[in-house]
Amino acid sequence: HLATSLPLPSERDHLRPRIDLVVFMIDIKSKYSLKNVETSLAYVDARFFLGKVCFLVTGVGRVNACSIETNAVCKLGETYCSPVLFCELELEGVRAATAQRLVRMLRICAGLVPGVSALSFVSLMRKSDDD
Amino acid sequence: EKADPQKTAFLLRKAWTLYSVTPLYGFCRARLRDYARLLGAFIAAEKQKGLAVEVGVELDIKVALSSLADIRGSELDQAALLVQLSSRSRSSSRNSEDKPVWLGWFCSVFGDELSESVPEHFTCLPLFLSHGAESYTALVGSWFQKTFDCCFRRLAISPLNLSWMVAMWAGCKLDRAASAVELVFSVPRLAQPLDISYAIHPEDAKALWDTVQKTPGEITHEEVDVFMDCLYAHFHRHFKIHLSAAKLVKISTAVASAHCDGIVKILHSQYLPGVLMLLTELAISQIQ
Repeated sequence: HLATSLPLPSERDHLRPRIDLVVFMIDIKSKYSLKNVETSLAYVDARFFLGKVCFLVTGVGRVNACSIETNAVCKLGETYCSPVLFCELELEGVRAATAQRLVRMLRICAGLVPGVSALSFVSLMRKSDDD
Repeated sequence: EKADPQKTAFLLRKAWTLYSVTPLYGFCRARLRDYARLLGAFIAAEKQKGLAVEVGVELDIKVALSSLADIRGSELDQAALLVQLSSRSRSSSRNSEDKPVWLGWFCSVFGDELSESVPEHFTCLPLFLSHGAESYTALVGSWFQKTFDCCFRRLAISPLNLSWMVAMWAGCKLDRAASAVELVFSVPRLAQPLDISYAIHPEDAKALWDTVQKTPGEITHEEVDVFMDCLYAHFHRHFKIHLSAAKLVKISTAVASAHCDGIVKILHSQYLPGVLMLLTELAISQIQ
């Protein structure tokens, strides 16, 4: 389900399926997208931050067009204990790989992978900082 | 540190195209006359090969290399190096003057980060500025690359860095009446490209920056963010357009103007070292 911002309209609450993963997309070329995500975060229930939220930063291929500090995004990830993924949607290979990664995460968050829960992401977070 | 304004006046009010240059190997400051002669010969030879710069015009290109001792930041910086190409038309009389045709200069202002990390025999002048025909820039650039084993790259300026520049320069104290602070945005993903120009009275811009900046002489990312957010919010209030979603492509202040393609114009001699210091930093980060 795609939305441009949160909160989601309440009229459709009863029709909406259970949400397993929230991916916040930030376009590195648009400061507005970062501000939008920051305001939307306030509408997410605290329970989601136990591994069911992640930040996806797009447009990282063009360093010369960036309007956002990557540090600011990494800090956001740290503040909300959620992983930050970087990708370039315009490259087909990266786009496909990122989609696969998100689907794998989604399966874990939905409880479809035995023995691994969304909580694992929180502990894995420390490791990815060292990469 | 204080450059003589007379000597550097020719650097002002010209549109300079920026490049980053990796350290020069085997450059010797005492051999400037030799280098000028070699570069002149190279240009003449390239023209013979048919890589003529201007079709139908018979021009002899004279090359002059000189040092601009005043343009440096610290003692670790190399003095700036100026390359001038001038022409003397073959058909004109004996006492015709040389006409300047192209200017380029290498400099380093507080480029200590780079100079401290290079081995011997390397000269660090990471910032290159050119003014004149692109074809001459290519000729001069390729001679320097061949002779000193260095690499030139166009220096692009990101919207993030442009924001930094406009915040810094809008806050500068100027004695004369200053020109407006202008930001130009390009709106992406439209059928017809759209440019938005946002002009702010220089006193208002300075007043805003003064309320944002906490420590004089120091600027933080957060302060630049707050400054820009105020400008965006003001624009949104009036026009319902989120400038933060558009791409900042050019900024203009009374101190200097800069375009994201790496074109800069310096307008005020007092702030020349400050502007060059920032550009040196950008050049170094592109090299590393």
